[in-house]
Amino acid sequence: MEKVIFYILAIIMVAAAIAAVSSRKMLRSVIYLLFVLIGAAGLYFQMDYNFLAAIQLTVYAGGVVVLIIFSVLLIHHIEMKLEVAKKSRQAMSALLCLLGLSVFLATIYAHPFEVAGVSTTTTTAEIGRALLSFEKQGFILPFEVISVLLLSAMIGAIVIAKGGRAIKQPPLQKIDPEKLLKDLKKEVTEEKVPEEEIGV
Amino acid sequence: MIPGVSINEILTLTSILFFIGVYGFITRKNLISILISLELILNSSIINFVVINKYLYPELLQGMVYSIFIIAVAAAETALAVAIIINIYRRTGSVEVSETETMKH
Repeated sequence: MEKVIFYILAIIMVAAAIAAVSSRKMLRSVIYLLFVLIGAAGLYFQMDYNFLAAIQLTVYAGGVVVLIIFSVLLIHHIEMKLEVAKKSRQAMSALLCLLGLSVFLATIYAHPFEVAGVSTTTTTAEIGRALLSFEKQGFILPFEVISVLLLSAMIGAIVIAKGGRAIKQPPLQKIDPEKLLKDLKKEVTEEKVPEEEIGV
Repeated sequence: MIPGVSINEILTLTSILFFIGVYGFITRKNLISILISLELILNSSIINFVVINKYLYPELLQGMVYSIFIIAVAAAETALAVAIIINIYRRTGSVEVSETETMKH
């Protein structure tokens, strides 16, 4: 049963990944990326890592994808199609990727993995203790560094997205009030019809 | 570990995902599409960490904690990249790679 579910998840993930990198419409490719991320969360659930699957769903599927969708909607015209690389270049990079993939697979299948037979369930409390412990296998230092990194990324994102001027707008023309008034007066005097033409 | 599924199959899946991401990274011409490919690459590496932790060293927590850190770094990176892309769009009116070759404006 688990095997069947794994294969279904794998097929969905690979198909969605291929669609995400080859779709001509950007919003659709973001949604295909969402499918890949949710499939990864399903893999974590199958491996009994519930906490990691929850993080994957909230941070990736809930945060990152929504952020990318926002930027697509701010930037892109939805009906516009993306320009893609030339066919020769596409074939070239596909060939290179297949070459790299074959090297990876040859290495993976040649290496004798010593799989441990037992399967233990990791609770969230253990992860919390590992993250906050000072002991030999504790992760308190990278945990604090990550918190500083997140803070600096937040401030940096606000500063970068807010600052800067828009170049596309034309500069506003300066209005000289006295000149405007003079022009208006000139127009009024020119439009005045001479009285003798009316014939009074 | 998943019953009936060997570690080789899951590593094959993550390798395929990784190289699909690399392919998109090379062929796409749009900054947001490149960001999407980057997410694919990062995600496949996270699955690798988790799988190796679960199959080879199930009593340790290193791979798990590292994948949490990778997720945090990826989220920060995405936020910064989106901010930079929006700023580039405001300055040049385009998010194509060919038109953002100069960094100063």
